[in-house]
Amino acid sequence: MNILTQIPTILMIVAPILIAAIGGMFTERSGVVNIALEGLMGLGACSAASTHYLMEAAGYGRYSLVIALIVGLAVGLLFSLIHAFASIDLKADQTISGTGINILADGLTIFVAQILFNADRTREYKIGMLTDKLGLYPTAYIAVIVVIIAWFVMYKTAFGMHLRACGEHPAAADSVGINVRFIRYSGVMISGALAGLAGGCIVLTQTIQYTSGTIGGRGFIALAAVSFGRWTPIGVTLAAILFGGAQAMAVIANNIPVLSSLPSEYFNILPYAVTLIALILTSGKDYAPQANGIPYEKGAS
Amino acid sequence: MKDNTAEKKSFFDRLLDSDVMISILVVILGFIVGTLLIAIVGKNPADMFSSIFDSMFGMARNNGTWNFRYIGETFAYSMPYILCGLAMGLPARVGLFNIGAEGQYIMGMTAAQSVALLVTPFPGLWVFCIIAALIAGSLWGGIVGILKAKYNVSEVVATIMLNYIALYSSRLISFQLPGATTYNTATLPAFSKLTKFLIPTSNLNVGVFFVIIAVAVYYFVINKTKLGFAMRATGFNKNASKCSGISTVKSITTSMLIAGAFAGMAGAIVLLGGAFPKGRIITGMDNYGFMGIAVSLVGNNTAIGNLLAGILFGILKQSQSLMQSRNIPKEITLIIQGLIVVFISLRSGLEIIKQRRNTKKLRKEALSK
Repeated sequence: MNILTQIPTILMIVAPILIAAIGGMFTERSGVVNIALEGLMGLGACSAASTHYLMEAAGYGRYSLVIALIVGLAVGLLFSLIHAFASIDLKADQTISGTGINILADGLTIFVAQILFNADRTREYKIGMLTDKLGLYPTAYIAVIVVIIAWFVMYKTAFGMHLRACGEHPAAADSVGINVRFIRYSGVMISGALAGLAGGCIVLTQTIQYTSGTIGGRGFIALAAVSFGRWTPIGVTLAAILFGGAQAMAVIANNIPVLSSLPSEYFNILPYAVTLIALILTSGKDYAPQANGIPYEKGAS
Repeated sequence: MKDNTAEKKSFFDRLLDSDVMISILVVILGFIVGTLLIAIVGKNPADMFSSIFDSMFGMARNNGTWNFRYIGETFAYSMPYILCGLAMGLPARVGLFNIGAEGQYIMGMTAAQSVALLVTPFPGLWVFCIIAALIAGSLWGGIVGILKAKYNVSEVVATIMLNYIALYSSRLISFQLPGATTYNTATLPAFSKLTKFLIPTSNLNVGVFFVIIAVAVYYFVINKTKLGFAMRATGFNKNASKCSGISTVKSITTSMLIAGAFAGMAGAIVLLGGAFPKGRIITGMDNYGFMGIAVSLVGNNTAIGNLLAGILFGILKQSQSLMQSRNIPKEITLIIQGLIVVFISLRSGLEIIKQRRNTKKLRKEALSK
């Protein structure tokens, strides 16, 4: 069994994790932790799946994929505003509002499915995304574009520099006239939009409907990729490839003679175990943005 | 007239100062938004409230008789919520955010079913199953405590990782147990099951006593012991505690050890007291641990608050099946719970209001003189 033939499968699984992780990187670099990535991906996936099913049923088949992704992105962005408002304007504990959105998303997605489709899942659509000549899904290209734009924005634009400044030392950034509130709002909204997009990517390539298990912890894998990738676009990309690859191996190991005897759980554990070990090993040095997770109080310091 | 305004202000200030009032307010707010949502999608909110009412008081609405099974199930569901709430609450007192109750719960459950299936059955086996769960959950929590205290690893990230490591480890371990198939193991021996209690038609079992003991232990540890004082001091100001000779490493680690034991016990009670006769090979989270976060937040990390909030969440869980049969999507309970947590995070906004009011008051006083 040639591993090369499995590359499309691996990329299919890596792409959404990477997209969500890049979003997570933006929000953490601006100084706001967003553990709601998981829930936001669920909301994006559910709305993308519903949109695609409804438009397909109405006869707009192929065009609806793009619209479904945009809807997923918009829904993710919309719900991330809750987190932004709570953590930036009200200086709330960011873990609490993130947890709240995760629980809310669990309920809201299936609630909507119950209202729209009278079932605890969205109805199956007939055709999801199709692969190109290389066997790749469009999501792989979307992920590459997202990474390149992210790198460019982060290091080549004024906005990116301001973003990094707000995550390291918001008071200093404020003193030179950077609008910390605006920057942090942007960071959270980028993470919401990309998480929603990632959710749409998962549901339109890997399955044919949204169920309560569609995301299955991949938002948390993305979160792990952010810290294991040390908050840089290249690091996060490599981490997402490693973690997504491990997830893919859990699926494809059955076809590889050497690995087929190994329970898939080992591959499932890998991202979490690697991140935990990395956190312990690098515990002395701090690669995280200095002000990550700390609300900024104007004039407090 | 001057007195009148002063009194009004003091009522509002008292409201802002009272954690209990704010918790109640937040819960009511969650229910209001949930009710609106039900009304917006064209369902009848009365059906939702009647389901909740019936789960609370055990009324069988269709024929007007009492059905105590509902009350029994409500309390049976409350048990893991209360325990996981305590598992979140104790570390919170030390300033830790324990998202890891889910993993500690899973490890407790796995240990309990391993003992139940591997040890030759004898009367009283269930006691050893629960002890095994306490130890397993405690160790799983303790890891986080040591990582946080010694290596300063963020407990939020560490517990999220450990939740998923627990999920897949539980699968790996349970696959090795007797009679393991894809979804379950062999039937658990009768000696390992928890005896039914009070309402035999429901799943209410002797676990209730352990929950009561756990709440009492929580209250006692926090309020009456030196350890509890050290924990609260660490939570208020880590550096000041360190300076005054309190071992913050010890309070952080101990809090996580005890928290893990609470969550582990929840896992054992759900497994051994539930209706499912076999051991479980889980494919996902049961979410009691995550909900424990909400329980503890609503209960303000106090023993009694946790107890009441846990019962509220038990009521909501039990009412789910009634809601579904009355044409209300049962996920509305999750939405309400999620909203409650979101609203609690908005509570810090009240601090800002409080500050503004204080500044205004001071300014007024200064100007009037």
